[in-house]
Amino acid sequence: MKYSSEYRDPQLAAAMVTAIAAEVADYAGTMVLMEVCGTHTMSIYQHGIRSLLPEQIRLVSGPGCPVCVTPIRYVDRAVAYARQPESIIATFGDMIRVPGSSSSLLREKAMGAAVQIVYSPLDAVKLAENNPGKQVIFLGIGFETTAPTIAGSILEAARCGVDNYAVFCSHKTMPAPMAVLTADPYLQVAGYLCPAHVSAVIGAEAYRPLVEEYQVPCVVTGFEPLDMLRGIQLLAQQVVDGRAEVENEYQRIVKPEGNLRALEILRQVFEPCDADWRGIGPIAGSGLRIREEFAAFDAERRFHVAVEEPREQKGCLCGEILKGKVTPKDCPLFRRGCTPENPVGACMVSSEGTCAAEYKYGC
Amino acid sequence: MSNDIILLGHGSGGKLSHQLLDELIIPTLSRVAQRDQNDSAVLEGIESNRLAFTTDSYVVDPIFFSGGNIGDLAINGTINDLAMSGACPLAISVGLILEEGLLLDDLRRILESMRQAAEAAGVVIVTGDTKVVPRGKGDKVFINTSGIGVFDHGLRIGGSGARPGDKVLINGTIGDHGMAVLASREGLELESDIATDSVALNGMVSDLLNQFGEAIHVLRDPTRGGVATTLKEIALQSGVDICLQEKELPVKEAVAGACAILGLDPMFVANEGKLLVFVDPHRADDVLAAMRRRPEGERAALIGEVEATSTGRVMMRTAIGGLRAIEMLTGEQLPRIC
Repeated sequence: MKYSSEYRDPQLAAAMVTAIAAEVADYAGTMVLMEVCGTHTMSIYQHGIRSLLPEQIRLVSGPGCPVCVTPIRYVDRAVAYARQPESIIATFGDMIRVPGSSSSLLREKAMGAAVQIVYSPLDAVKLAENNPGKQVIFLGIGFETTAPTIAGSILEAARCGVDNYAVFCSHKTMPAPMAVLTADPYLQVAGYLCPAHVSAVIGAEAYRPLVEEYQVPCVVTGFEPLDMLRGIQLLAQQVVDGRAEVENEYQRIVKPEGNLRALEILRQVFEPCDADWRGIGPIAGSGLRIREEFAAFDAERRFHVAVEEPREQKGCLCGEILKGKVTPKDCPLFRRGCTPENPVGACMVSSEGTCAAEYKYGC
Repeated sequence: MSNDIILLGHGSGGKLSHQLLDELIIPTLSRVAQRDQNDSAVLEGIESNRLAFTTDSYVVDPIFFSGGNIGDLAINGTINDLAMSGACPLAISVGLILEEGLLLDDLRRILESMRQAAEAAGVVIVTGDTKVVPRGKGDKVFINTSGIGVFDHGLRIGGSGARPGDKVLINGTIGDHGMAVLASREGLELESDIATDSVALNGMVSDLLNQFGEAIHVLRDPTRGGVATTLKEIALQSGVDICLQEKELPVKEAVAGACAILGLDPMFVANEGKLLVFVDPHRADDVLAAMRRRPEGERAALIGEVEATSTGRVMMRTAIGGLRAIEMLTGEQLPRIC
């Protein structure tokens, strides 16, 4: 892996920065470019990309962090599952610290609940096999990036007859929220840096309907700093030229049609559904649910628990931040009531969250 | 000993306890003869009107990991804490909390590495304690080490000594220990050259202080929280601003790759054999050369400097020329790494 040197070359970066500045030199007003990918958010902060850009370009983070867009009632329900003595909750790490209405999985774990961090959903299937007396519930969140592996875990559990494994599914899909944000007159998004991993699965062509309907430029962009700068440069060129096209900066990974094998597995197990996005609200056809034939692996169909009424924390601007309408520094709780050690909103929890990135790296 | 595991009786204070101590722990760890074994170690012939005194507990999971184990970690860690204050480590105590069922072979391996680490650093283990807790009430083995160090100079080394203009040096690659532990714990099949950097730094510190004395302003080992957290602590303690150059930071390719895959930042990953040195700019090149002459400093590098402003900020000039802030690690990047 040479990415750390080849895609971080200072001379190439300087040349791109100069080219971007030249591109927008005569651009009147502010060009709002949005990324909708938590890893892009991190990369922008980690490499100090904002500090290199001309003042005409404003980078805004959209709803790209899977943990952050998960509604509070999902966390409350996960907490309710965790409180069942026969449950083992298996989850990707970030999720355990997200505050629900009155508790979090981290708190439930400290109180004795079985909450286990796994790196792959297949590890959760193994966990179920090794604990036959327990019900392992995997928290299935994320975009098309994680959904195929979780679909794969359900297929694996079905194949091996593991009947004590279930997924609590709250998958989201792109690019549905991008259409909602583009239509929002307050935001005035001039172009999108489209996510790298998600696009590797869904393909660059997935953005074509969005581009054609809303005439908004989309550039699929990788994570390395030179990728990011190149993506910004391509977007700026489109905006200045008045073009709206799908371009693919990340061709070394992303194909026009995506990863057909991953998409096939995903469609075999999941079907589209309406989904609730934290901060944005319900968006038609923007989620995935488990198909009827795999109902035996659907935690919501199998386990009935009492869940408390969701209560959002007062003053938390996560919703507005996820839409890119305000920055973390505009939130009255940022660095005061809300810190990574004691997060109020999800944006401060995930390392990919805008608030966590601003807290950790912001100047 | 007929059994191959630790039993509750090994902590009873009775016959089994004596067997464990007399047959395994004391002969492995200590040079103290049986007739001199009393309730306290008595340290004699100390000619120093200042002593350094430190303590640290080790609960790393797993207890064995690539390149080391909880034993050498516990010795090196305490030696390094003493060395960072500019003291020469003199004597160490070892408190062992063993979980019922621990394999004696594992204990033997751990004790053996403790002895080797202490010998390599020229430090003696002079006193200790062993307790056994019921199975499930501990996690194999926890170790507490305390250490006493003496000063053979009048220098005051601490986190508050950084001055504008100082150069910031580090003795080698960052993030090795944290990633080695993570890889071992999670069974991640990462590239094989990720191993802990755990090593005693008292030899290097002694060299630097002898050769450069007052030109050395700060010494600090960036353990939990990594280089980022330690530098931020120094910036706040000294009331200075620090600027780092990302391209100068030594990171092994395998560590950088593993961090990228797992979404970690090597700046926040723990080290157990690294030290940050803040040095008078006029002596920086000589100090760097002296560090590189030692095996634990082969990849030493000049990574940044203290700026003229004094707001307690740490900034980093990124490889592509951007600027970003460095804050302390918040929460746990990796649980139980030392």
